[in-house]
Amino acid sequence: MSNIPETGRTPRVQIRLIIIQVLVFSLLLTLGGRLWYLQIRNGQEYEDEAKNNHVQQVVQPAVRGAILDARGVPLADNETRLVVSASRTDLTKMPDKGKAVLTRLAGVLGMKPQDVMDKVRLCDAKTPKPCWNGSPYQPIPVTDKATTQQALQIRERSEDFPGITADPTAVRRYTSPGKANTAQVLGYLSPVTDDEITKAKDTDSPYLRSDMVGRSGLERTYDKQLRGKAGVTRYEVDNLGRVIGQAQSDKAEPGSNIVTSIDARVQAVAEYELNHAMEEARKEFDKNTNENYKADAGAVVVMEAKTGRVVAMASLPNYDPNAWVGGISAKDYQALTGKDSNYPLLNRAIQGQAAPGSIFKVVSSAAAVRAGYSFNGSYPCPSSYSVGGQVFKNFESQGHGNITIGQALEVSCDTVYYGLAHDQWLKDGGMKPKKDAADWFYKTAHDFGLGSKTGIDLPSEVPGRVPDRQWKQRFWEANKDAWCKHGKKDGDYVEKIEYENCLEGNLMRAGDSVNYSIGQGDTLVTPVQMATIYSAISNGGTLYDPTVGKAVISADGKSVNEIKPKSHGKLPMSQATRDDIDEALAGVATRGTAAWRFGGWPQKQIPMHAKTGTAEVYGKQTTSWFATYTKDYSIVMTISQGGTGSGASGPAVRNIYDALYGLDDAGNQDLKRALLPEPQQALPRIQADGSIDAPKIEPYDPDSQKVPEKKTGEQQLAAANTDNRGGGRGRRD
Amino acid sequence: MAGFSVQRYAPERSTFAKLTARDSVLRRLDWWLLLSALALSFIGSLLVWSATRNRTQLNQGDPYYFLIRHAMNTGIGFGLMIGTIWLGHRTLRGAVPVLYGLSVVLILAVLTPLGATVNGAHAWIIIGGGFSLQPSEFTKITIILGMAMILASRVDAGDQLHPDHRTVMKSLGLAALPILIIMMMPDLGSVMVIVIIILGVLLASGASNRWVLGLIGAGVAGAVAVAALGLLDEYQINRFAAFANPNLDPAGVGYNTNQARIAIGSGGLTGTGLFKGSQTTGQFVPEQQTDFVFTVAGEELGFVGAGLILVLLGVVLWRACRIARETTELYGTVVAAGIIAWFGFQSFENIGMTLGIMPVAGLPLPFVSYGGSSMFAVWVAIGLLQSIRVQRPITA
Repeated sequence: MSNIPETGRTPRVQIRLIIIQVLVFSLLLTLGGRLWYLQIRNGQEYEDEAKNNHVQQVVQPAVRGAILDARGVPLADNETRLVVSASRTDLTKMPDKGKAVLTRLAGVLGMKPQDVMDKVRLCDAKTPKPCWNGSPYQPIPVTDKATTQQALQIRERSEDFPGITADPTAVRRYTSPGKANTAQVLGYLSPVTDDEITKAKDTDSPYLRSDMVGRSGLERTYDKQLRGKAGVTRYEVDNLGRVIGQAQSDKAEPGSNIVTSIDARVQAVAEYELNHAMEEARKEFDKNTNENYKADAGAVVVMEAKTGRVVAMASLPNYDPNAWVGGISAKDYQALTGKDSNYPLLNRAIQGQAAPGSIFKVVSSAAAVRAGYSFNGSYPCPSSYSVGGQVFKNFESQGHGNITIGQALEVSCDTVYYGLAHDQWLKDGGMKPKKDAADWFYKTAHDFGLGSKTGIDLPSEVPGRVPDRQWKQRFWEANKDAWCKHGKKDGDYVEKIEYENCLEGNLMRAGDSVNYSIGQGDTLVTPVQMATIYSAISNGGTLYDPTVGKAVISADGKSVNEIKPKSHGKLPMSQATRDDIDEALAGVATRGTAAWRFGGWPQKQIPMHAKTGTAEVYGKQTTSWFATYTKDYSIVMTISQGGTGSGASGPAVRNIYDALYGLDDAGNQDLKRALLPEPQQALPRIQADGSIDAPKIEPYDPDSQKVPEKKTGEQQLAAANTDNRGGGRGRRD
Repeated sequence: MAGFSVQRYAPERSTFAKLTARDSVLRRLDWWLLLSALALSFIGSLLVWSATRNRTQLNQGDPYYFLIRHAMNTGIGFGLMIGTIWLGHRTLRGAVPVLYGLSVVLILAVLTPLGATVNGAHAWIIIGGGFSLQPSEFTKITIILGMAMILASRVDAGDQLHPDHRTVMKSLGLAALPILIIMMMPDLGSVMVIVIIILGVLLASGASNRWVLGLIGAGVAGAVAVAALGLLDEYQINRFAAFANPNLDPAGVGYNTNQARIAIGSGGLTGTGLFKGSQTTGQFVPEQQTDFVFTVAGEELGFVGAGLILVLLGVVLWRACRIARETTELYGTVVAAGIIAWFGFQSFENIGMTLGIMPVAGLPLPFVSYGGSSMFAVWVAIGLLQSIRVQRPITA
């Protein structure tokens, strides 16, 4: 700057040039600072954002594993349906946002254009359903019921249907092999909810938007294993969503197959026989209510006695599980869950609870032995027993003199148990219970597993109820206000009861205890609990957790994970007592209350043990119970408002045994016809390609065990005779 | 030959000797300036290439289309620089009336059916063959030269210490016509740059503070008036809205700025590497080869590469400031100051908008952005700066 000429370079210009320079460089520094801020300080944040920007995921759902019966017959598998989907990415690029294409599509599919557009719009807070709540990059299914004709039309005129695809896609199918519906045991699927996605987000099995989730039954219990892992292909996309490269991808892992201990053939027999028994019961006249039996619900459990595995489990009323596939309609949903539906979704084998009636007497017998009464002692069986002014009658008001506990089981003598229970009640202190009251009858029920869940691998099992002192206290505290309000000393029956309950409902009265001993009153059990108990008696005393799932086998058959039987306890009785009870129950089948249902049974080859039960329910018709076992199986059937145990359920249970062992009505065994003379041991084989070696299955022919023409008359005569002896519903079992 | 006034007094020498002599043009060229500008153009060609090799709709299937054209533009610009040095800024002073007239005609032509709209700015003349011209780029040069001529002539003649009010008014009058025409296009980005150029020119000319402050005041008032009278198009209002709130509607108005910032921010220290930027490859940033070319540097070359561009621009501006300070005549000083204001502001606006500290305006980054008109204009400006340096008397 040494050369400032006289003209021009005045100090003013000089200073201003420096100002300009300073300004310019401060601008550059500002840029530099901002650059540092964005790239270095907040770089990570923008890097993440860039990743979201350009990586899009496309999900290939994993094929859900099949649910198989013990021999590999699929109970639930997948079928290929033609699913028509629309790609939003393509549609939104069109000038009219795909309106014309969707309208054309609606025409081909025979749907309303608005319905199609509703299905492919994205869900947000303002959009009512139907709408798509999955990824906008995922093709959105418009229908899964496209016909081949429709799919061809869409594919052949692809220029008319840009962004529309018609692809075969796996959809759940409940196959009902041999008419075995098995609905409640299998359960059903429905789409995953937002809540579930959020909850499972950070677990090792997160949900995808497109996932279907098991909502009940096996589908729910084994959901994780069945679901497999969806494949995710990550595409790098450009600003218009066009794919410019493929980032790392995870292959879909198909779900594992669940092998159950269910035998589809036995299941079909059980369902048929249960339904048939209920139909027959509805033809029977109930003298108490002066109308035919309603037989509104029923359940049957066929269990492997030595493992607790469930061979068949039926519950009526039932439903078609396929109603859930592809989204249940509002009408169907109402039919399944509405007030008038009688709740077919309930699995009454594990969720239906009722007073057990006389099939409870095995518990009381064991309790009596524990309390110190000799099994083979002599106990009076009068026609009635009076406690505190109340008279408890034997069912047929028939006395049997002095008999053993075993004989009491055989003839189902109530008064023997009344006496024992009353005696115990007094020993425990009566209305003023001792602190260390033994409560043998209640304790034993708990030890038999009553009042708690059996732990079966099906969701929503109910525990039933043992109405012990503690329960009475809790129940009274919860209800006394209402009882005291409504109860009247001189009112009608209900009001009187409420009045009494208000005063001393928290106390175990002698009547409660006496009533309890024969499985009446407030006791509640589920069919599966009773099957577990009778299985335990059969197998020598082990209470197994009932299981339906038998093994988890990977889709390629390579990994086999057997679900081993687990025990949750032992019956509280000695081997000798078990043998005594076993013998008595065999007596029931041969000489006692169930004998008329087991005419011709080959007792020597296949010892049959049974106990009948008819439980009274206030305001309703009696509940029929029938609990039986052989050395391999235990079958328990119950029919609500169905009449007596042997009357309503007896023939059905007999027929199931006939099918299992291949017996005809005369007791001749034909092993070729036997469905399962011994429990299925081997697991089905699954090939590496996923195919399953499954035998063909014939539907159940209910007439198959009928003996040849010649003998039939004789047989019917015998049946008629026993019917007369049984006197319709006249027996207390 | 007339331009090289020193040559007239030199003894006869061979061309090589002439070019290598101690007082030769080559020796007296500002090499820092030249090499920095070349480096910027070279980096620009890589960035333009990276931004366009996948844009099949733009490059007609030829990934090198824009690379080749950018190199060609740089070559032509380089030639224009040599021509400008050869002619000399003093000779060009004589040609100002012609150049001024020509540039006014050209920008008027934009308003005729010859003109075309690109990205909302009606500032282009389509020549055909894939070429187009943005005459407002050349107008920047003629305004600098014209104003400098008017403002400096009497000062350089020794008549005045500083340009008087009449002279300033005359120079502003000269600038007013093209500004009005460009506003009618409208190409508000160029108007902004020209206003800043006028400010720089007036500052360096030594015009009274009142003029400088008055111009700033008029600029602010003009901006308010434009906004208040609704002269802005919707797209321009949206750009400001997006600037004020970058998260506004990231799919619409704020898209450009948001994507630009993601691209730059994701580059980190060293960037993803050339051609490896997912944002660039995925074409998430619109206009990435022209106005948003800096985002390619930000993503693929990172803080290091983007910083290098800032440093190179800094060198260009630093050398220009030196030339402005060291020349003896006010004419040269004013021309250099105009170029500094031009380069400085345009670079700041261009990079600033990609970084989210300035609103979006359609201005190219000197030397780096793809675009012939801009490239030619900035190289002519380099030629002018070199000419000012070469022709200043050597002082002992």
